Amino acid sequence: MSSKAFRPDVDAPEWKGGHSPYDIIKEGTIALVVVGLLTVILATLFGAPDDHEITIKNWANAAPTDFAMTAINEMNGTTTTAGYGAPYNTASDGQKLGPLTLAKWVGVRIPINTEQDFVLGPLESLPYNAQLSSALSTWKSASTSQQTTWVNNYTKADSTMTFKNGQIAVNASNAGPVPVFINDLTAMARSGALDTALVQGGNFFSMDYTKPLLFLSDGGYLAQLAEKQHLLGSQWGMMNETNSYPGQAWLWLYTFWYQVSPFSTSANADVQVWATMMLLSVILLFLPLIPGLRAIPRKVKVYRLIWREHYRN
Amino acid sequence: MAWFSFLAALIPLDGYGHYLHWGVINISVANFIVIVLMVVTFIAALLLPFPGRNRRKESK
Amino acid sequence: MSTSIDQQWTTRLRRRVAGKLPPEKLLPDTQPAYVSSWIYVFGVTTMSALAVVIGSGLILALRGPQWWHESSIGHFVNSLHLWSVEIFFFAMVVHLWGKFFMGAWRGGRTATWMTGVVTFLASIATAFTGYASQSNFDSQWITTQAKDGINSTGAGAFFNVLNLGQMLMWHIVLLPLAAVVLTALHVLLVRIKGVVPPYEDKVGEAQ
Repeated sequence: MSSKAFRPDVDAPEWKGGHSPYDIIKEGTIALVVVGLLTVILATLFGAPDDHEITIKNWANAAPTDFAMTAINEMNGTTTTAGYGAPYNTASDGQKLGPLTLAKWVGVRIPINTEQDFVLGPLESLPYNAQLSSALSTWKSASTSQQTTWVNNYTKADSTMTFKNGQIAVNASNAGPVPVFINDLTAMARSGALDTALVQGGNFFSMDYTKPLLFLSDGGYLAQLAEKQHLLGSQWGMMNETNSYPGQAWLWLYTFWYQVSPFSTSANADVQVWATMMLLSVILLFLPLIPGLRAIPRKVKVYRLIWREHYRN
Repeated sequence: MAWFSFLAALIPLDGYGHYLHWGVINISVANFIVIVLMVVTFIAALLLPFPGRNRRKESK
Repeated sequence: MSTSIDQQWTTRLRRRVAGKLPPEKLLPDTQPAYVSSWIYVFGVTTMSALAVVIGSGLILALRGPQWWHESSIGHFVNSLHLWSVEIFFFAMVVHLWGKFFMGAWRGGRTATWMTGVVTFLASIATAFTGYASQSNFDSQWITTQAKDGINSTGAGAFFNVLNLGQMLMWHIVLLPLAAVVLTALHVLLVRIKGVVPPYEDKVGEAQ
């Protein structure tokens, strides 16, 4: 064909055969009409899911002790957010890809102090209440070690937590103002005031839901609802949609890795799966340049079906 | 907006979905149908004769 | 003899474009005879679905992000948006399979393949930000889960999936722009290079 050797997986033979009439505009118009009609038919038949959002008010009313337990854990630093590391805080190194701590290197860019941002800050925004006000000033005038002791004493007793007559009670001794905080924060959450306090953070406008979403996902309630909808990561949830709708089926491979070893048991699964998917995406991108992979279509010969008229002639 | 209630879905896919399990595989019926339809469409696109071109080879 | 008009940037650009992509290549009225299979319709199907996705998205934009929760017309337009996205990915994946099995990168078409793959990845990101912008239970769950993956790479510091305003902007401005520009580039490359010819087979060589 030419002086250079012909590479069947890289070069294409020059087409010297005939041409047939082809109306590109007509084809495009037909495709648009067919797809448009199909969309209207599917939308009319099946509609779309829209499960109402969960507010912190919903959560604290449906599961008050789950909420209160999450609140004390935001104070003692044992929630996911409190121990997250970058980009929210420095509580841990975060996930590692081998020796690489990518998130830590980028640093704390969305600072969250769970005790202050989720508990004390919102309580300070409440209208004056003598008991709460005195509890807050007791807290502020105490040393850090005293604060920690109070929180730890409350935490030790939190298995005795009850919710009766709208009150959270814990059989804790020497917990200082902490019982007032947890009880008042629960009442605040149940009224709906905490939703607003977390979203706005002192501003009138906000489209940033980082804080309420982090708080909500630290509790068990949201995950409980998600499990019923088959949305947990361990349920291949990433590709699923609420109710019986099809979801992001194209994420099948991404969610698959989480189900198998070593990712399924790894503490660094997220970054490992991301790295795997990035690598696979790069391979797909550069496939035409990778010997072996680019020879697959020539060897499996599906093309003989596609161009069967050409090969028959 | 009651006048437009006729736009509501005829067969809304509400209620919890059904899921299929084979070993590690766990997939919603809806996603499974979509993926099977994709494979079927692909195979059909390969096998079905494309109209409008050389139709003379039908006997073979 | 080269005149000053020949030296103009405008003139040179026009000649370059016209040389690479003359009107008969941009809007061809014939195709090589081997182009005769249903597998060829999935590229144009994907583009048509993209048009319906964008059209329904534009209608959703008219009344703002709360509209589809409150009105049955809004909900119906959202249904159109959802199902056109499902068709879009459906057609795009079948198109990808078809092009893979044709070895469609051959004959200097590597850039065509690569723009297609990047369009696919950009579309996944666009769809994801759409799911994140729904402002309902689904988006609450999806964003609080997805944050861990994105944070683990370090990108979460700048791309905060829990920030609804940011996700909505990416979904309705930045990523659709990327998807449309990439699609246009991909289609122009297809038009410039033409559709890949069949592999040279024993049958073909025997002629």
